[in-house]
Amino acid sequence: MVRIVPEIIKESVTNLVKNGERTDGRAFDEYREITLELGIIEKAEGSARVKIGNTQIIIGAKPQIGAPFGDTPNVGVLMTNTELLPMAAPNFESGPPDENSVELSRVTDRCIREGEVVDLEKLCIVEGEKVWMVFLDLHVVDYDGNLMDAAVLGSVAALMNTKLPTTKIVDDEVVLDYDNMVPLPISDKALMSTFAKIGDELLIDPSLEEEDVMGARLSIGITQDGNICAMQKGGADTFTKDEILKAVSIAKIKTAELRTLLP
Amino acid sequence: MIFVEDKEIVIPGDILADEEYNSGRGTFKENNKICSSLVGLVAIRDKKISVIPLQSKYIPKRGDVVIGEVTDIRFSMWNLEINSPYSGFLPASDVFGKEKRELNRTFDVGDVLFLRVVDVDEVKKVKLGLKGRGLGKFRGGILINITPTKVPRLIGKKGSMINMIKDETKCEVIVGQNGVVWVKGDPAMERVAEKVINMIEEQAHTSGLTDRVRDMLATLLGREPVSDDSEELENSEIEESEPEEETTEDEGINRNEG
Amino acid sequence: MIIIITNTNLGTGTETSGRADNRAFDELRKMKIEAGVLERADGSAYLEIGGNKVLAAVYGPRELFVRRLMQPNRAVLRCKYNMAPFSVDDRKRPGPDRRSVEISKIASEALTPAVFLEKFPRSTIDVFIEVIEAEGGTRCAGITAASVALADAGIPMKDMVVACAAGKSDDKVILDLSEVEDKEGQADVPIAIMPRTGEITLLQMDGNLTEEEFGQALDLAINGCKIISEKQKAAIKNRYGDE
Repeated sequence: MVRIVPEIIKESVTNLVKNGERTDGRAFDEYREITLELGIIEKAEGSARVKIGNTQIIIGAKPQIGAPFGDTPNVGVLMTNTELLPMAAPNFESGPPDENSVELSRVTDRCIREGEVVDLEKLCIVEGEKVWMVFLDLHVVDYDGNLMDAAVLGSVAALMNTKLPTTKIVDDEVVLDYDNMVPLPISDKALMSTFAKIGDELLIDPSLEEEDVMGARLSIGITQDGNICAMQKGGADTFTKDEILKAVSIAKIKTAELRTLLP
Repeated sequence: MIFVEDKEIVIPGDILADEEYNSGRGTFKENNKICSSLVGLVAIRDKKISVIPLQSKYIPKRGDVVIGEVTDIRFSMWNLEINSPYSGFLPASDVFGKEKRELNRTFDVGDVLFLRVVDVDEVKKVKLGLKGRGLGKFRGGILINITPTKVPRLIGKKGSMINMIKDETKCEVIVGQNGVVWVKGDPAMERVAEKVINMIEEQAHTSGLTDRVRDMLATLLGREPVSDDSEELENSEIEESEPEEETTEDEGINRNEG
Repeated sequence: MIIIITNTNLGTGTETSGRADNRAFDELRKMKIEAGVLERADGSAYLEIGGNKVLAAVYGPRELFVRRLMQPNRAVLRCKYNMAPFSVDDRKRPGPDRRSVEISKIASEALTPAVFLEKFPRSTIDVFIEVIEAEGGTRCAGITAASVALADAGIPMKDMVVACAAGKSDDKVILDLSEVEDKEGQADVPIAIMPRTGEITLLQMDGNLTEEEFGQALDLAINGCKIISEKQKAAIKNRYGDE
């Protein structure tokens, strides 16, 4: 089901933007209200609930023991999956992940992996045979624009909240000690900022209405040190080189602000 | 015998009264008792008990004026979404008479129109029409969605509430019975009207709303809030639009050209 | 047949019943229900009971695009029950499994009798139940939350369906089994009722019970439902009561 946006809405949003304004009165580089709660699911070894505006995602992190990838025998594995639940929007359908869900999972994963949020080398238990595999499951329950930034912020929070049992090798068997839990080794807190292009302007944290109207979107992942670790352009419209560089410099500032919300 | 008070909030299954009373909208009869079928406010008029829902979908009715969006263009008609489980269609003949013309030059996908519900048949096909004063395509402005049952509250007794908003913000405002509202004026004033309309929707079931709306308008427009005892605006009920009464038509709805 | 349940009948005496969480045989777990928790859905509810956390959402009545499901004289009610991968101890792979498919069907059949479907021919009412965290009794929690979401969405109903389970564990007939009691127990009887008339809209049983024990379990569950029904009503009234 495709949403058809009324011309009137397109015009009014676009005209406001031309005048330097947004429908909800925010500045172009201002986020909506953000709340972040950690440890909300006891059965998940790590969890978080993130809200940006009315967009709401519940994230659970569950580690399992498994085999490493062949080319990286001493490194743990991170697997990210997103469910765009049908309850989140009237036009979301039940079924296996569609292209939007898959893109969201892969971009979130990329930002966390390339940003080296989790020290995957510390997750090796028996080289070549057993490593920790961390499953990050994102459950989108309410969609009101800008899933990417919420997904990354919530995922990093859930990972920071995650605890693993300590492991011991006894007679070739891996023994898990659930009485002695250790936090998942976190070495960076890479976060993402997303911009919508409307007319010639870049607006951070697009609302639902702004996403309906925008021509294209740019998401930028930034590490604690201010380096770029992930980027994704979405949408059929185009960006100029200058627009991209401008977005990067704004993203560096805004992700640093977002980072203060993490524990 | 009656078990609830006027304007009390009730929920589906609540027993409201016994057989002395008549069952109105939002209620049903079971074993000589009248029960509520909805979450809403009790409305007692003489011996008739109704429940006015706090949340509902718009069900198209012949004669209603609605605001709809063109979602598809077929051979001889436009399909429109009218904020309802049932979509509507506007026959090309309504606009062109007997001439043949390219439909999308007149109204294209994404256009927003003010229309009348001409007929609803037994398979819920909703026929819409443009013949009538003030009907047609909207240009500019913004759209706001509210719950259809709150439309009478937004309009107010004899249009008092909606006229207050129009006068203060100097905006054109058109309210469709399907809960879609069109506002056009200075962009800042459009946003003021939007805030006020959203507030009315949230608080439609409460009393003292008119004063709070007046205060909110004053605050948003940069003036001191003044509380006023003027009687004609004192209006503390959600008004029902019972099918027989049809209180909300021409007076309440502004017919300015879009 | 009237069955009177007292502690002595079940042989528990007057001291604590010996349940792991120290509840009495007829005591419900701690519960919380909130209505109107999501922005986009037409109606929604969040429910916690024991360690269960359930979200329910409703869209409808709305246009039904799958024409072969459409009914000419009434709406269809479609229900989808799903468990989040992180809701259980051992991560559950995303996607419907056979258990979820069965629960979706019985939940839909539990809720349908209460809804005035004839008011909305040729449309659909979609109910989504999402288990965020599971601790025994998720289908009952889900149906109870779904009723609140349906009311929140303005769907006309005869009553608000409410669900609860009783069963047998440690040789005692008890109300509202926790996860541990369910896993190690001897029987589980989830039911749903329309509380005003007491009509039963959901009934399942698995385990081993005598006829007398079954009667006791049924009565316990029905009483449990009536208590939970008050909490459902309070959740809706709280949503609109505070100004």
